[in-house]
Amino acid sequence: MSFLEIQHLEKTFGPLRVVKDFSLKIEKGEFVSFLGPSGCGKTTVLRMVAGFETPTSGVIQIEGKNLVGLRPNQRKIGMVFQSYALFPNLTVAQNVAFGLKVAGLPRAESDSRVAEMLRLIGLPDLGARYPFQLSGGQQQRVALARALAVRPRVLLLDEPLSALDAKIRVSLREEIRQIQRELGITTIFVTHDQEEALSISDRVVVMNGGIAEQVGVPYEVYNRPTTRFVANFVGTLNNFTGTVVDAAAGVVSLEGVAITLPRGRLAEVKGKEVALAIRPESVHLGNGHGRDVVLPAIIEEVHFLGSVIRVRAKAAGTSVSLDIFNRTDLPPPPEGSSAELSFAAQDLIVLQDQTQ
Amino acid sequence: MKLAKFWAWITFLAGVLFFFLPLIGTFEFSLRARRGVYSFDAYRKVLDDPQFRDTFGYSIVIALFTIVVGVLIVTPTAFWVRLKLPRFRPIIEFITLLPLVIPPIVIVFGYIRLYNTSSYLPLTGSAFGTNILLTLGYTVLALPYMYRAVDTGLSAIDVRTLTEAALSLGASWFTIITRLILPNVLVAVLSGAFLTFAIVIGEYVFAALLNRPAFGPYMVWMGGNRAYEPAALAVIAFTITWACMALIQLATRLSKHTKAQR
Ligand SMILES: Nc1ncnc2c1ncn2[C@@H]1O[C@H](COP(=O)(O)OP(=O)(O)OP(=O)(O)O)[C@@H](O)[C@H]1O
Ligand SMILES: [Mg+2]
Repeated sequence: MSFLEIQHLEKTFGPLRVVKDFSLKIEKGEFVSFLGPSGCGKTTVLRMVAGFETPTSGVIQIEGKNLVGLRPNQRKIGMVFQSYALFPNLTVAQNVAFGLKVAGLPRAESDSRVAEMLRLIGLPDLGARYPFQLSGGQQQRVALARALAVRPRVLLLDEPLSALDAKIRVSLREEIRQIQRELGITTIFVTHDQEEALSISDRVVVMNGGIAEQVGVPYEVYNRPTTRFVANFVGTLNNFTGTVVDAAAGVVSLEGVAITLPRGRLAEVKGKEVALAIRPESVHLGNGHGRDVVLPAIIEEVHFLGSVIRVRAKAAGTSVSLDIFNRTDLPPPPEGSSAELSFAAQDLIVLQDQTQ
Repeated sequence: MKLAKFWAWITFLAGVLFFFLPLIGTFEFSLRARRGVYSFDAYRKVLDDPQFRDTFGYSIVIALFTIVVGVLIVTPTAFWVRLKLPRFRPIIEFITLLPLVIPPIVIVFGYIRLYNTSSYLPLTGSAFGTNILLTLGYTVLALPYMYRAVDTGLSAIDVRTLTEAALSLGASWFTIITRLILPNVLVAVLSGAFLTFAIVIGEYVFAALLNRPAFGPYMVWMGGNRAYEPAALAVIAFTITWACMALIQLATRLSKHTKAQR
């Protein structure tokens, strides 16, 4: 049995089914991200775990005990909000001590816990400040310390970095991950930023329209998306339409080129047409070793991004994006020139529509 | 540009004259109790009058109770409406405005009918019961101001998220209201409290019809029976009201955390 188990969770607001048959198991100490577009129900699931919304049906268990019916202030679940939600009338130290005071912790113990928390978030000297005297990033750290001070069983973060600017977002997410590892606290992190989710999570839950489309480690979700939605939402993708030549042997034809896919990848495809996709970094310029597919192309655009150069080329009737590394001995191809694109058959992703 | 400024000053001065001339007149008149010279005789007489002290003291006590009852009723209500029943806010606002629409005389006659000695709740049967009735009546009269003040205070904070944050930290509703909501709307509550105070100190209809020894009826009685003292009393009453206004300003200035950029 897992530490936190969500089973067949459903939530409707009037006629609107916002969460549909959502199930998930989270192990103790795991860092799980909910990733999905706006309005897909991430916050709603989180609020049901926290107890702010009552599920229409379904079970939420921690260590085998059902939480549904328990009030939010009895659940021992920490929450960090996008808007920080620090108490404006209390100092930083008082904010962090709030939950400890509520729990009736003796003063001395509470003081030392607050100091420990402020050290943990790297703001040991700001205890006497008021929230409005802090930057956004500092406020969010204090909110994190406040949530962690009471030693909750689970930590929930709802887009905690969305209100911050890009640089702080990156450094703070790493800090959050490091603190989470240090404390070993089971964490759910909601975001609609795929890079954020992929970079810091043990596992990612990709949500769409109230269901969990795919659950897996970042590597797997990125490289082996199971649905068309996941493939397109996580990362950039080049889409092709292929024709099935021999489903059993895994042979498809793309622009007249016969490609043999790894075993089983065509197993669930029905019909003659098959949606194929490939990541920009799997497509190469020129014809190298070990590439199964070579397509003639015309270079359309070249975007120099620094270490990476993103090239758009016309091939197989569509526009294909590819990423090449910057090399001092190899300038990027000029726009309008013709070239060859190549990739390995095993990098091709076969997309299926979610059949519900 | 210059001309506009000139007219602005003229308008301002006209306003000041309109407002202050009667006051100055009253003040000047209140100083003429002794023939031929200015003196504070009228003030001394008023302040020495035991009835002044009794009625004024009585009204202060009633005002304090009114403030406490008002805060205890209005703060949780306004909080709950914002948190759980946002759809009902217009209705609640309308209800709190009713005391401005219904004349006090109607309200007090309603009270007397409802709570007379032959009713189920004979509040008017004893002085203590009538005091309670008066306090509750004043709470109703002050409701429009108190509710608006507290609601404005609540609008300055993100009530919902702060409440959820506190709940997730294990706080009870009582803790949330006393440690989180009240301190954050304190300035608003204070301004509501001073307004309530000013209303209660000067109120006449309720006190007279419920036959309580309050300051309002005393002022009226004085006005009908003396020459210079009513003017002195009017100046005193004005000073009290203004002191209340000054205190509202002061409370707003002093609260350090309300200076946060919102
Ligand atoms: N209290 C509510 N009453 C009615 N509808 C609601 C309520 N809360 C959420 N919804 C609806 O439920 C859907 C999912 O909302 P939710 O906040 O869970 O999305 P989200 O995935 O967190 O989106 P975002 O990334 O924008 O935060 C939305 O369509 C929203 O309008
Ligand atoms: Mg959300």
